[in-house]
Order: sequence, then structure tokens, then C-alpha cells
Amino acid sequence: MSFITGVGLTAFGKHEGSSSLDLMSKAAELAIADAGLKRAEIDGILCGYSTVAPHIMLATVFAEHFGIRPVYAHAVQVGGATGLAMTMLAHHLVEAGVVRHVLVVGGENRLTGQSRDASILALAQVGHPDYEVPLGPTIPAYYGLVASRYMHQYGVTQEDLAEFAVLMRRHALMHPGAQFHEAITVADVMTSKPVALPLKLLDCCPVSDGGAAFVVSREPTGEIGVRVRGCAQAHTHQHVTAAPALSELGAEIAVARAKANSGIAISDVRYAAVYDSFTITLAMLLEDLGLAARGEAASRVRSGHFSRDGAMPLNTHGGLLSYGHCGVGGAMAHLVETHLQMTGRAGNRQVRDASVALLHGDGGVLSSHVSMFLERVR
Amino acid sequence: MSGDRQRMADWTAGAEAIVYQCCAACGGLQYFRRSFCAICGAPDPVERRASGEGTVYATSLVCRAATPETRAHVPYNIVLVDTAEGFRMMAHGDHDLAIGDRVTARFAPFAGRLVPYFERKK
Repeated sequence: MSFITGVGLTAFGKHEGSSSLDLMSKAAELAIADAGLKRAEIDGILCGYSTVAPHIMLATVFAEHFGIRPVYAHAVQVGGATGLAMTMLAHHLVEAGVVRHVLVVGGENRLTGQSRDASILALAQVGHPDYEVPLGPTIPAYYGLVASRYMHQYGVTQEDLAEFAVLMRRHALMHPGAQFHEAITVADVMTSKPVALPLKLLDCCPVSDGGAAFVVSREPTGEIGVRVRGCAQAHTHQHVTAAPALSELGAEIAVARAKANSGIAISDVRYAAVYDSFTITLAMLLEDLGLAARGEAASRVRSGHFSRDGAMPLNTHGGLLSYGHCGVGGAMAHLVETHLQMTGRAGNRQVRDASVALLHGDGGVLSSHVSMFLERVR
Repeated sequence: MSGDRQRMADWTAGAEAIVYQCCAACGGLQYFRRSFCAICGAPDPVERRASGEGTVYATSLVCRAATPETRAHVPYNIVLVDTAEGFRMMAHGDHDLAIGDRVTARFAPFAGRLVPYFERKK
């Protein structure tokens, strides 16, 4: 068994003068304190990557900087799925008895550490270097392609997609650490600047500075345990040109495997934390995961199903779309918020029942997927 | 490439051509050039020149580019086309292309090179 024993999250937005290591350290310190542990008790470190400060041994760099000499440490790179992939690995390392307490950490000064163009260029490199990148696509364009096809196939409209941006913003308004604090409407999304149609500016997550961390342990360190019940991955392709049909995407495969190895059904889930780099990402993943029928996710947003007081509260911190996206730490914020909800510490965002949660991360262009079920135990 | 076969020049090498590979062992098609078939692993798939005919699978009009070279072309339409030969490729295309349109390729300058550009079939 493994448990998420502590979580840490910085505010997202601008952290002028903070390096990636600074943001990682800040989040790590919060997570270790939250677990009620001391630095010296951490014997494993898994970290993500920083596009601002790339390094071939980031985990070791961080360990030295932070002052830990772990028995196990390395970086993990699966794009947006990195946070949950690290959590899955930490779960297995702890279960196998390799380590007792793994620190999982991600942080990057992606907003103030480089220009927005540099961020967009770095991310576009997930495309094929010979057959895609020379055509000048951007990450929004890769997802714009996917969106156009999904909308065509399932009758989803741009107004439907806008609902997800509005929902994430409404949730972010309740979190002081979120990057955005102004309410938006569907009309605001529709009239925002075109980026890669059908995606407009407010369909896209921002670039942020920030950090997130958690501790994965063999036993709970507090009264309430948040246990990893099961997790699984699926990797169907890297490049959008080589993606399988919409009906064969990796999220469905990953969640089916996670359901099988956890024994948990979607009907057991009370809280959802789903990757939302773009509105289309969230719409598709909700439907792939079985949290809404095909083409029905937007109407479930409109009916309040995914709101804080709805039947399936979703990304109550505001998600990547409105809490912000600092790279690896971005999707880790989803797990931090889930932990706060499951342990009854989400304050004015607290949902009625978060006893069982489904988390899902996606890297590349719906290329790499990690699904995970967490369960509260006392 | 591991084999002796001559590599056919295509648009990725500056020529006005779209080239794909066909596996002699399993008949599998692939667009991204490799020295083996990604389906069955057999070496040296045969290179063929595509007709340039196809059907639009997806489109995205890029309005925000990230380099001075690409920004000069904004907006430009990125399309995925299912070719008549049976493989999918990324290219540029007319702004008013819709999913399902039958298209044919020409080549157009973009950011200092030639790229495949699809127009609605007349």
C-alpha cells in the first residue's frame, strides 16, 4: 500500500526572481511539513523537468540544493502526465520496499524565466522534427486539430468548449493562489483572441511560475490516510499525425486498466481531477474517462454536475486553465487540491464528499496517459 | 538508412514531392521515414511517391505563431489529410477547407522552405 501523506503548493502566476529550484524547494518544504516529516526522513526523490533550466540530472541537482542524500532519485519526463507518472512510480517504489518516503516535486519559473515565445517554441517540439515542426504548428494548433475533429464527430460547439473555461475560472475565484481572479463568461471566451482556431485565448491555459510537491509513504503519517488504490498508464503515439482514431485514445485504455487493478468503478468516484491544458482536453478526457457520455460533457457543466456542490466536483482549484500551468507542477496542483478535499482541508472550496477520487493526466497530444484512483481511509 | 536503397527526395528535403513507405513483408504503410516497418519490424520498406490526393481529417487555423519567420505567414491553416494511398499527413491548406473536403496538394513557400499545401479539388 502507499499513501499521499503530505502536499505543498505555491501560488501560481508571477514569482519574479525565483528560479525553478527555488519554486521546487518552496513546494517541497510545504509538502514535507504537511506530512509531519523531517527532511532527513525523505529517502526517495522524483522530480520533473524545467524547460527554463534543462538539466540531465535534475533530481540530483535538487537533492544537493535542498539538502537531502536520497537512496533513490531521478527525473521523470512524460509532459503533462509527469506528475501522475511520478506518483505512480512512487507508489510502486514504496510498495516494493525500495524507499519509505518519496518526495515528488515539480516547479518552474516558466512565466518570468523566459519569453512566452520561448515557452511556445519549446512546447511545440513535442511535434515531429521533420514532418510536423517545419509547418509551424504550436501546442494549441495540435490540440486545435484534435478539437476540430472531435467537434465534427460529436457535434460539440465552440460555445460548449467555452463552458469549461468559465467553470474553471469560477473555481479559481475561490482560491487565493490562482493566477486569475476575474470572472469570465462564455461570451468573453468566444470573443477572446484567436490562437489556433477553433481554440481562442481563453480556451488555453496560461504560462505560469509555480511549484507543487507531495510525499508518498508506506504508511499514513496523519489521522486520515489518502491511499493510492490503483493506477495505470497508456501510451498510444507521440505525434498527432500518428494518433489513433478518437475512439481508441489512451485515456480510455488507461482508466480501464486502473479500474481493473483498483476494483473501483466510475460510479464509486466522488471527486474528479482531470488534466485541462485546453478546454477541448478537458471535454474529451471527461468523456473518455466515462465521467460524461460522448458529446455530453458541456451540458453536464451547464447543469452544475461538475461544480463544487454538484454530483462530481471537478478541479475545484481552477485547473490549468485558471489556477495556472507551470509545467510539471501544473497538473500536480490537481493532486494537491484533491488531497485537501479528501482530508477536509479545502476551506471555502470544500466539497461534501471526496472519499474516492479519480485523477487523470495527459502528456503530448493525448499521447501519454496516467489514470489514478485515490481513496480516503481512517 | 541501413539498406542500400536510394532515399527518394521529398518536401522534407526540399523537393516537390510527398513520399511514404510501404512494407514488402506485411503491406503496412508509414509516412514518417524509418529504415524498418514500424508494424512488423521488417527492414527496408519500399519508398513510393504519393499522388497528392486526399481528404481533410482535421484543421486548425494558426493565428498566434512563436517565431518571426512563421509570424510573417499568420494566419495559416494547419491540416491533417488522409491521403488516397492510406496514410495521414500534416500540411498547410486553404483557410476555408472543411473536414471531409476532397483535396489535392501543391507546394508553397513557408518560413524559408517548401511545404505541402492542399486545395479543394476542382
